[in-house]
Amino acid sequence: MATPIEQRGYAHPEVLVSTDWVEQHLEDPKVRLIESNEDTLLYASGHVPGAVHVDWTSDLNDQIRRDYVSREAFESLMSRIGAARETTVVFYGDKNNWWACYAFWVFQLFGHTNAKVMDGGRVKWLKENRPLSRDVPSYPRTQYKASERNDAPIRAYREDVLAHLKKQGQLVDVRSPEEYSGARMHMPDYPNEGALRGGHIPGAKSIPWAKAINPDDGTFKPAAELKKLYCEDNKLAPNGETIAYCRIGERSSHTWFALTYLLGFDKVRNYDGSWTEWGNLVAVPIEK
Amino acid sequence: MPEKLQQLVDTFQMFDPADRTNLLLSYADQFKDVPPAIARRPFPTSHQVPQCESDAYVWAMKKPDGTLQLYFAVENPSGVSAKALAAILDKTLSGLPASEIASVNCDIVEKIFRQNISMGKGMGLMAMVQAVAALARAAANP
Repeated sequence: MATPIEQRGYAHPEVLVSTDWVEQHLEDPKVRLIESNEDTLLYASGHVPGAVHVDWTSDLNDQIRRDYVSREAFESLMSRIGAARETTVVFYGDKNNWWACYAFWVFQLFGHTNAKVMDGGRVKWLKENRPLSRDVPSYPRTQYKASERNDAPIRAYREDVLAHLKKQGQLVDVRSPEEYSGARMHMPDYPNEGALRGGHIPGAKSIPWAKAINPDDGTFKPAAELKKLYCEDNKLAPNGETIAYCRIGERSSHTWFALTYLLGFDKVRNYDGSWTEWGNLVAVPIEK
Repeated sequence: MPEKLQQLVDTFQMFDPADRTNLLLSYADQFKDVPPAIARRPFPTSHQVPQCESDAYVWAMKKPDGTLQLYFAVENPSGVSAKALAAILDKTLSGLPASEIASVNCDIVEKIFRQNISMGKGMGLMAMVQAVAALARAAANP
């Protein structure tokens, strides 16, 4: 059984809630549960009662450009799911909350800081035989007013990565060791989505994202274990600027979450261009 | 393509996203695990579908009349899509001659799942279809 969240030594334990907490708040009108998965059938197959579905492709990404939705589209999404500025949004999902953390990160671009992640995600909820529902809830629409999207504090573009490289800043490559080494250009069992070169950004530390997770129940490891992984074994300094990347910025948003909130790193940015951009850029440095 | 499968693919093509999702779920709900008389856990890796993260297995048993009966196992409890596809393949292909099943092409996956296909899932689902076709080819040309 996982140690209670408040006893794990996290810098910001308030961003994680337990499955118990969620079950106690199923009827709480101030809380909106949001399921975000890679597998779009999962929500329809059964979700936490009252939870809404936010799809990472259709709800969070611009449908034309490679970018996130506009402020207007985000406001429309929040109105649709019946969330107000003061609503506490709680994310959970498949794959150890990989997509939940991605959605959490996108919400932070719009300053919805009243956000949490359900520790353990879908897998823990299912393992504990908690209730599931196929009813798609409907909430009264809100008139949500979002802040203008502010990417700079938590999002890195390729120019930022190049500048970061010149300063020999901290980089974390959260992909699989085979992707990091350049032996493969995509995740095991996933299609190659188009990088012309394999390898990693020079100086990046290889710390696969799922190392932050207890594989049995999908919960985050305690701070002491995370510190050993990131700070001792891989020599990352919490007060140094850090950029995390993966293939398109989804796995790295999970690491961004762990470094920012669980370990309290000062400044972590997610490079969502990641390897599908860097591996195609002309004349940028690559290490193998 | 075998007629029953073609008809179902056509139905999926006509449906809007919400109805397609519901139809996929109804197939996932009809999924039946391989019976113990055919295979028991731990299942042999020779029957495992490569590249399928839902940990799917497939068997094709030849009947005296030359037709095939397909069986599946999906070990990942979140493998809803794999279960849906397994049920679809079983209900539209089981009972057909091996040579007919061997003609199944993995492009049905995109036609059936459309927007419900995600990054990693497509490869695994196509591999399921390929595994069925490969077993049918082997049964047709022993």
